Amino acid sequence: MNDSMIEAKDFRKTYGNYVAVDSINFDVKQGEIFGLLGPNGAGKTSTLECLEGLRQSNGGTLRVAGIDPAHDSRKLRNVIGVQLQSAGLPESITPVEAIRFFCAYHEVAPRLDLLERLGLREKQDTQFFELSAGQQRRLSLALAVAHNPKVLFLDEPTAGLDVASRAELHDLMQELKANRTTIILATHDMAEAEEMSDRVAILLKGTLVAVGTPLEITATGAGLTKVSVHTQNACLSAHDINLPAVSQHVTKDEYNIYFSSDIGSLLSAIITTIQAQGDTLIDLRVERPSLEDRFLEITNTGVSR
Amino acid sequence: MNAFSHHFTFEFRTGIRNKQLLLMNYLFPLGFYLMMGFIMPGINPPFRAAIIPAMVVFSVLSATLLGIPDPLVNARENGIFRSYKINGVPSISILSMPAITTLLHLTIVAVLITVTAPVLFDAPLPVNWLNFVIIVIAIAIASAGTSVLIGVVSPNSRMTVLWSQIIFVPSMMLGGLMLPYSMLPAIAGKFAQLLPATQAMNAFNGLAMGKTADFLPWGSVVILLTGGFLAFGLAVYLFSWDNHNATRRGNPLLAWLVLVPYVIGIFLLS
Repeated sequence: MNDSMIEAKDFRKTYGNYVAVDSINFDVKQGEIFGLLGPNGAGKTSTLECLEGLRQSNGGTLRVAGIDPAHDSRKLRNVIGVQLQSAGLPESITPVEAIRFFCAYHEVAPRLDLLERLGLREKQDTQFFELSAGQQRRLSLALAVAHNPKVLFLDEPTAGLDVASRAELHDLMQELKANRTTIILATHDMAEAEEMSDRVAILLKGTLVAVGTPLEITATGAGLTKVSVHTQNACLSAHDINLPAVSQHVTKDEYNIYFSSDIGSLLSAIITTIQAQGDTLIDLRVERPSLEDRFLEITNTGVSR
Repeated sequence: MNAFSHHFTFEFRTGIRNKQLLLMNYLFPLGFYLMMGFIMPGINPPFRAAIIPAMVVFSVLSATLLGIPDPLVNARENGIFRSYKINGVPSISILSMPAITTLLHLTIVAVLITVTAPVLFDAPLPVNWLNFVIIVIAIAIASAGTSVLIGVVSPNSRMTVLWSQIIFVPSMMLGGLMLPYSMLPAIAGKFAQLLPATQAMNAFNGLAMGKTADFLPWGSVVILLTGGFLAFGLAVYLFSWDNHNATRRGNPLLAWLVLVPYVIGIFLLS
């Protein structure tokens, strides 16, 4: 059984002679959080806008919950929820009015509980232009999920949010995921994408250069693993110590920091050396390349390995 | 409450909450009415007989031409229409709701003017109330339709001001609000017939205020209604969800078709 909620086959979007998206293919399963990453101008917004039915593609096929977004926009409206980058609400509307207004057009009961959930209860009668940027984004999110969409598009959802609001948003995303809502997360925040996404896709100049889980993507790069070691007698700082598989070595704040692509050999040698020198290990940290490292590597080289 | 009533309620409240709309819907027309009522009859005694229709037409022009187009352009530029589209708000609601709620605001103002003018300025009341109401509705539809069309085809706020003033200022000078149509030179009179205000004042004179119309008064009513609905239809046809989206179905120059009923009127009504 095909449980894809979003399918893009040879999807292409052009503006005149400019090719914004060039025949990309991907699919997103039901209940999946799918991160869409890429530098500015990579084609993320064009892809999202075509999936949301705001623009028409110039080639290939798109399906959102089985619906062609370009030709069945009425059905699509009740299936998707969209948190736009700019909130896009009239400046005089209040959160309560906005919830009632949009829920009425979706023909569902107004979800005023979301105002409590997203910390907007005290501001429910405040006009939109008087809300802070974070409150405006939270209201936008509330409106995006108020009609229980099957597919939720989040465009930079945590931009401008404080730590607590960000955590609340992530909780809400997990809750929606648990309810089998498919979430497309477009973000420049790599830590967020790595933490929240089941899979990510990296777009570069209109082409899809990497798709996979954050672990898969970080594992396929040429990135070096960082090993930081702190010992009681600083035995590793001695000039005659040579460890294997070290690409780069620096010291900082009593730590010896090694970068290596073969951490098995390196860790084994570190432990052996410390024991041989009669030293005591105080701290040892191993940090694999982050999604951000991998993203920068891909966007700088333009290819996925 | 259904979607229509929620939308209507919100838009109606916006007409009072929004300082610019409050000014154009209430403060400006009522302030101007009081100023003109106190000053003009002393300078131009026949104006007393025209206070009610002239100031009602002024209120309509102020609330519609100066109040409707700019919020539409701003909403499009700020992505509000995109948000509406995503949430299933149809374009016809987006365009009709500001017009309908503005009609309600200006009805309140028209009632205030009609009720207070006889008391404050000894202005004569309409002799045919039904016709008076019909003409108020006709000019309101004509002016609201034109205003929505201006909001749809204007690429930015500066252009809304330009287009609105191109109609508003000549309406004040040539539309029969300050000077009777009969006092205009012939060529200016022909030009004035392109203005909804001229048609409305002609209809008021001939059908509601017990005076003589300068040209066929029911023809003016027909022109206003035809022009209003034509303008609204063109606005729906030419509507674009956002500035960058090439969803507009026709060239904005098609908006000039709104003048067709008025041009025909010049030849048929004189």
